[in-house]
Amino acid sequence: MTAVGDVRRRRIDELAARAGQVPEGEGGVSLTKSAFRRLRRNPVAITGAVIVVVFLVVAAFAPLLAPRDPLAQTLLGEIRPGFIPGAQEGFPLGADELGRDLLSRLIVGSRQSLLIGVVSTLLGVVVGMALGVLAGAFGGWVDTVVMRFIDIILSIPSLLMAISISVLLGQNQWSLVIAIAVTQVPVFARLLRGSMLAQRGSDYVLASQALGIKRSRIVFGHVLPNSLSPLIVQATLSLATAIIEAAALSFLGLGDPDLARPEWGAMLSNAQDFLSVRPELAIYPALCIIVVALGFTLLGESLREALDPKFRR
Amino acid sequence: MLRFVVRRLLQLIPILLGLSVLLFAWLRALPGGPAQAALGERATPEAIARYNELFGLDQPLYVQYLRFLGRAVQLDFGNSARTGRPVTQEFLERMPGTIELTLFAMVFAIGVGIPLGYLAARRHGSWLDSASVIGSLLGVAIPVFFLAYLLRLLFAVELGWLPGSGRQEVRIDATRITNFYVLDGLLTREWDAAWDAFTHLVLPGIALGTIPLAIIVRITRASVLDVVNEDYVRTANAKGLSTSTVRRRHVIRNALLPVATTIGLQTGLLLSGAVLTESVFAFGGVGSAIFDAIFARDFAVLQGFILILAVVYVLVNLLVDISYGLLDPRVRVR
Repeated sequence: MTAVGDVRRRRIDELAARAGQVPEGEGGVSLTKSAFRRLRRNPVAITGAVIVVVFLVVAAFAPLLAPRDPLAQTLLGEIRPGFIPGAQEGFPLGADELGRDLLSRLIVGSRQSLLIGVVSTLLGVVVGMALGVLAGAFGGWVDTVVMRFIDIILSIPSLLMAISISVLLGQNQWSLVIAIAVTQVPVFARLLRGSMLAQRGSDYVLASQALGIKRSRIVFGHVLPNSLSPLIVQATLSLATAIIEAAALSFLGLGDPDLARPEWGAMLSNAQDFLSVRPELAIYPALCIIVVALGFTLLGESLREALDPKFRR
Repeated sequence: MLRFVVRRLLQLIPILLGLSVLLFAWLRALPGGPAQAALGERATPEAIARYNELFGLDQPLYVQYLRFLGRAVQLDFGNSARTGRPVTQEFLERMPGTIELTLFAMVFAIGVGIPLGYLAARRHGSWLDSASVIGSLLGVAIPVFFLAYLLRLLFAVELGWLPGSGRQEVRIDATRITNFYVLDGLLTREWDAAWDAFTHLVLPGIALGTIPLAIIVRITRASVLDVVNEDYVRTANAKGLSTSTVRRRHVIRNALLPVATTIGLQTGLLLSGAVLTESVFAFGGVGSAIFDAIFARDFAVLQGFILILAVVYVLVNLLVDISYGLLDPRVRVR
């Protein structure tokens, strides 16, 4: 145990330890199945899932759904200082500060925002998992080295970390993705390590060892799959934070500079200058971010309840 | 207890060393390296060579690192490329503002959050409960800079009730002692200056306080709900203690344990991460400085500020751990 964020860490470990415990009376039903059953009965989970699915579908079919070209400055001629055209025939949400259709930009923007959120979380999960497996499976000095490294990363507040990385890598969408992913790596690594350690002494691991099964097979075939549930929960919740954090980095001028790709965070920060002229320019992208973040949070929280043996009835 | 604290302090050393390596590597890895970072993008090759020689950047890496470490220990992080002043001095001037803002935000978050979370748990399932759950979910989902803009637009620009930028009216000629503007005003008995500085804290403080508020409400509620079902509460009720005694001595006391931790962790985060809110309100604390440094590509300031803030964050976390040891004796044993 080290000094930094001990409590935060303990909480991660507690969550990890609960993973894969088989609750009383549910021995015969697989965790996935019973979790899924409980999710379907939970209105909060349904709400979250619906929100997430709707936005994913919109993002997937964005070019087909957008009524207009999100880059065409159709209404540019109508813009005067202190006036940006509002909703009108063919422009249900009006135009932005450059005369482009706001609705189309929001729809196409969902692609970029969700992509950044999903890719950065995936990257965080993959790297975090690799480190977590390394630490959790080998233990000993490998564990110590990996965990010290993780502690150091955890000791830098995540926004400052993301800022440093964005500044270092220059301004493009991949540096944005990496910056967000790096802040998530330590959480996933710690979570998985703790979760694997909790499995280490369990009967099935002892049995496999007694049978003389290779360590790699025990780790990847038995321990890892049983340790995944806290990771899944955290990944769902992290999708929300990743999207919000991407918006924050855009606001700090560290976002994607490519203007051909509309993105909610960038739209939101650009709109700040026109807030007194047309607050809708900021409100709509902000609403999109809030609703998507809410969707992932609701889904994540209900997943946590569904997968947590403590909440099983 | 003393051994516990000393052990924790010793464990800080490798973390701080690791941090310094990371930030050293960061500055080295920047495009153009530290010389370009310090001299700006239009520096001539000769100037860069001169700078490298002057600051020993032509030496082997480990020598450079040890020098960097030596200077960092003496809190010397070089000069700001923008203002030419020592980074440490800039930091010390700006930190009091951030501390004031953090205090305001946390007092707001705690003052509203704990009662709200407690009431929500007491009336589990009521409309108040649902509202606080939804509110706490929303509070985390709203991008904080957007909320800051909304508050500023509504209460400062449209209604004009509260000031929307800076730490104090420029026309107020206040005496500076500590750079804590509110405190200075109180110390020098310049009441209007203190009041003015205080009103400047309200909007950014509320914006900054929403996330901790949302988290505190949620943790308080969950924790009270947990404790109410504990055996010792049932025992206390069964032995006939009055409801208010049970609530005060058994429920609230135990329920606030995790809340105290959350408060500590959030305070650490706010002290180090008010970049977004501060820049919306042009507040002039540490956060605004980082915002300006990003745009000016002022790497000396970024490196110095991030290192100091990370140390502050680590120390606050350490305090939280120690206080947790004080509050909950079970932690010390392990």
